[in-house]
Amino acid sequence: MKIAHDNAERHVLTVTVDNEPGILAKITGLFTARGYNIDSLTVADISADHAISRITIVTGGPPQVIDQIEAQLDRLVPVHGVVDLTTAGPHVERELALIKVTGTGEARVEALRVADIFRASVVDTTTESFVFELTGAPDKINSFVALMRELGLVEVGRSGIVGMLRGAEGS
Amino acid sequence: MQTAPEPSKTEKEEHVSDHPHPDHLKTDQQSGAAILTQCLVDQGVEFVFGYPGGAVLPIYDELFGDERLRHILVRHEAGAAHAAEGYARATGKPGVVLVTSGPGATNAVTGIADAYMDSIPMVVITGQVPTGLIGTDAFQEADTVGITRHCTKHNYLVKDPAELQSVLEEAFRIATTGRPGPVVVDIPKDVQIAVPSRRVAAKLTASHRYAPQMAAPAEQVIEAVEMIAAAERPVFYTGGGVINSGPEATRLLRQLQDITGAPVTSTLMGLGAFPSEHPDWLGMLGMHGTYEANLAMNKADVMVCIGARFDDRVTGRLDAFSPDSKKIHIDIDRSSINKVVPVELGIVGDCSTVLGQMIESWGARKPQDLGEWKARIAGWRARECLAYPEKSAKDPSAIMPQKAVERLRALTHKRDPIITTEVGQHQMWAAQYFGFEQPNKWLTSGGLGTMGYGMPAAIGAQLGCPDALVIDIAGEASIQMNIQELGTASQYRLPVKIFILNNEYMGMVRQWQELTYESRYSNSYSDSLPDFVKLAEAYGWTGIRITEESELDAGIEAMLAADGPVIVDCMVAKDANCLPMIPSGAAHTEMLLYGDAHEGTMDDEAKALV
Ligand SMILES: Cc1cc2nc3c(=O)[nH]c(=O)nc-3n(C[C@H](O)[C@H](O)[C@H](O)COP(=O)(O)OP(=O)(O)OC[C@H]3O[C@@H](n4cnc5c(N)ncnc54)[C@H](O)[C@@H]3O)c2cc1C
Ligand SMILES: Cc1ncc(C[n+]2csc(CCOP(=O)(O)OP(=O)(O)O)c2C)c(N)n1
Ligand SMILES: [Mg+2]
Repeated sequence: MKIAHDNAERHVLTVTVDNEPGILAKITGLFTARGYNIDSLTVADISADHAISRITIVTGGPPQVIDQIEAQLDRLVPVHGVVDLTTAGPHVERELALIKVTGTGEARVEALRVADIFRASVVDTTTESFVFELTGAPDKINSFVALMRELGLVEVGRSGIVGMLRGAEGS
Repeated sequence: MQTAPEPSKTEKEEHVSDHPHPDHLKTDQQSGAAILTQCLVDQGVEFVFGYPGGAVLPIYDELFGDERLRHILVRHEAGAAHAAEGYARATGKPGVVLVTSGPGATNAVTGIADAYMDSIPMVVITGQVPTGLIGTDAFQEADTVGITRHCTKHNYLVKDPAELQSVLEEAFRIATTGRPGPVVVDIPKDVQIAVPSRRVAAKLTASHRYAPQMAAPAEQVIEAVEMIAAAERPVFYTGGGVINSGPEATRLLRQLQDITGAPVTSTLMGLGAFPSEHPDWLGMLGMHGTYEANLAMNKADVMVCIGARFDDRVTGRLDAFSPDSKKIHIDIDRSSINKVVPVELGIVGDCSTVLGQMIESWGARKPQDLGEWKARIAGWRARECLAYPEKSAKDPSAIMPQKAVERLRALTHKRDPIITTEVGQHQMWAAQYFGFEQPNKWLTSGGLGTMGYGMPAAIGAQLGCPDALVIDIAGEASIQMNIQELGTASQYRLPVKIFILNNEYMGMVRQWQELTYESRYSNSYSDSLPDFVKLAEAYGWTGIRITEESELDAGIEAMLAADGPVIVDCMVAKDANCLPMIPSGAAHTEMLLYGDAHEGTMDDEAKALV
C-alpha cells in the first residue's frame, strides 16, 4: 500500500482578518485538518483600532492545492481577503532574525566581519558574545546562519516571513 | 418579561452596512438570557430543540411561560441537533438548538458536524461556565468553541453581554445565507444573567467580512449557455445546493431543463429537485446510482453540475470520471469548485440566481437534436438496473426490502410524504425506489452518514410540517442509536411513522464484508434486538410487525390509519444486497448489477478506500 505525496511549489499568502479570538486557531487548524503545510506564519494587527490583522503564510503544494488553500481561507467568516503574492506579481519578502554567537579571538573577529558584509547590526554584546539582528530575504538569513554555525552560533530566532507586492498598488 | 418593539426590516438592514452604531439596538434593561429569547423571536424562530442543565438555567427560566417560543424537550442532545436539522431541511428555516455546557455541548457535536457536511442552516446555543471560571477545568467545562471550530461554519464565545444581540443576529445571517451551515454561540452563565447597559453592534457586520456572491458575471453565463447549446450529449448533475437555494431554484431547474432538453441526474442530497416521474429523469447517480445515470455521466460531452460537490460516492475513480465532458460547475462556495474535479467553467453563485440568469440568456435558442443521445439513454434504461431478484436466495419466503419500499411508496405517494432515513442499505433503497417529486421531502444524512439521524429528523420535520405524513425509513441497527427519542414524539403527540427494514444485520457493513473480506461477518450481526413492537407500546406508540409479503399492504395501511406515532417492524430478507454498486475505487463503467457475482476480496489499494 503506497501513500502518495505530491510535488510542492512554494507560495506566500497574505490574509487579512478580523482580529478576533480564535482566528489563528481557525487558520492553523484548517491547515492541519486538510493536510496543508505551513512553512512559516506571522501575524500582527495592522490597523489603528487593532481590529484587523495581517497574516503571512508560507506554504507549499501543487497549484490546485494552493488554489484550494486560498478558497478555504477565503470562506472563513473573519477573513476579508487572501492574496497569493507568488502569483500576484513581483513582491518583497522579508524576515528578521536574531542570532547569538559566542567566541573569542579570530572567530569573534570573523563573525563581526561577516556580519558587516551582511549588514547585520549588533544589538547586544559581551566580551565573548554578540547578538546580531539581520533583516532580509529568507535566503540571505539562511546563508548568514550557515556561516555563523562555523563561528560559534548559540541560538537563532526568526520572525517568519512578511511579504508585500511591489509598486504603488495595495493588494 | 419585557418586550421591546421589533426593529423594522429596514432598520435591521441598515446596520449591516453601518459600523458600530448602537442606535437601532434596544437599550431597555434586559438580561443576556432575555436578549437571547427576544432575538430568537425577532428571527422568527418557532421551535427550540433543547435540553436543560446548570449552565443554561437562566435561559430556561426566561423560556418559562414565554408563549412566543416552543421548547421541544428531547431525550439526548444528539436528538436535539438532528431534530433541528430535520426541521430545517423540511421547512427551509434555520433549526435552533439549546444545550448546556460540557456534556450537553459534546453530545450535540455529531449533529453539528452532520449539519456542516450537509449544509444545513442551524444555530446552536450552548451554555458555558461563567467567564471567570473559563480555563480552570471548572465543573462541566468543555472548550466548546475549540471542539466545534472545524465542524461549524462559524462559532463565537460571547464574553461581553453588550455584544450578544449583534452576535446572534450575525449568527443567524451566517447560518442561513451563502452556503448554509451550523453556527455555535457559546454563552457563559454570567453573560446570561448580566444586564448590559449598552449594546454594541459588533464590528462584525461589515460586508468585507462575509458577503456570499449570488449572481454570476454575465460573460460566464453566456459561456455556459453556449456550451449547453452546442452540446450533443448534455447532462445536468444536480445536488443539495438546489435544495439549499430554495423552491425557486427547483422551479428554475425544471424550466431550464424544459428549454434545453438535457437529461437530469441528482446526488443523494438533491433528490426531489427534479421530479422522478419526468421522462428525462435518470435517477440518482454514484455508488448506488442507476446504470443510466452513471453511464450518461460517463459518456456526456457537456456536464452541468448545479449545487453538487463531486463527492467520492458520486465520482468513483477520479481519472475515469466523465472523461470526455466539458464541465460547468455552479456553486455558491468557491472552495467546492476545482476541489476534486477540475472544471472548464466554474461559476460562483447561488443556484436560483444563476439558473435565472441562464434561462434569460438562453432566450429563444433551440437545443441540438438530442434524439440520438436520448436513444442511447433509453438503451441503458432498458437494462432495468433496479430490477431486483424476486426472492432471497437464502430465505425464499422473506420479504425483499426493495419490495417493501416500493409498496410503501405506492401506498403513500399521493400524500406527498416527507421521508427521513437512517444510514445503511435501507437508506439507499429508499433513495432508489421511493421517488420524489418535490424538494424538502427527502431528509437524509449524506455527508457524515450518521446512523440515528432519521427519527429525530422526522420529529423536527413533523413539528415544522404538522399536516405532513412523515416516515423514517430505518434499519434495525441505526434506529437504536437515538431510540430514546420515542419519548419526545410521545410527549409532543407527533404522529411520526418509523418503518424499520429489519434484516437483522448492519446490512451495509455485511455487504462490504462480502465484497471485500470474503464474507467474514465481523460484528455486523444485530444480536439481542429488542422487540420493537413492545418497545413502541412501552412508549405509548403503536407497534406493528410485518413478516409475510401478504401482510405488507395491510401493515402499511394500518400504519397510515393510526393517528399517533407508529413503529412498523418489517422483517425482510437478511441477505439482500443493495445494487447497482460501483465498488470504491472503480469507474462508473465498472458497476456491479443484480446478477453479477460480487463476493470475494480486494487488493489493499481498494481496501483502503471508503
Ligand atoms: C451509505 C451512503 C451511501 C451513499 N451513496 C451515495 C450515492 O450513491 N450517490 C450519491 O449521490 N450520494 C451518496 N451518498 C451521499 C454522499 O456521501 C454525499 O453526501 C452526497 O453525494 C453529496 O451531495 P451533493 O454533491 O449534492 O452535495 P451537498 O453536500 O448537498 O452540498 C451542496 C453543494 O452545493 C453548494 N451549495 C449550497 N447552497 C447553494 C446555493 N444556494 N447555490 C449554489 N450552490 C450551493 C455547496 O457549496 C455544496 O458544494 C451516500 C451516503 C451514504 C451515507
Ligand atoms: C454513527 C455511525 N456509526 C457507524 C456507521 C457505519 N455504518 C454505516 S451503515 C451501518 C449499518 C447500518 O445498519 P442498519 O441500520 O441495520 O441498516 P441496513 O444497512 O441493515 O439497512 C454502519 C454500522 C455509521 N454510518 N454511523
Ligand atoms: Mg439492518
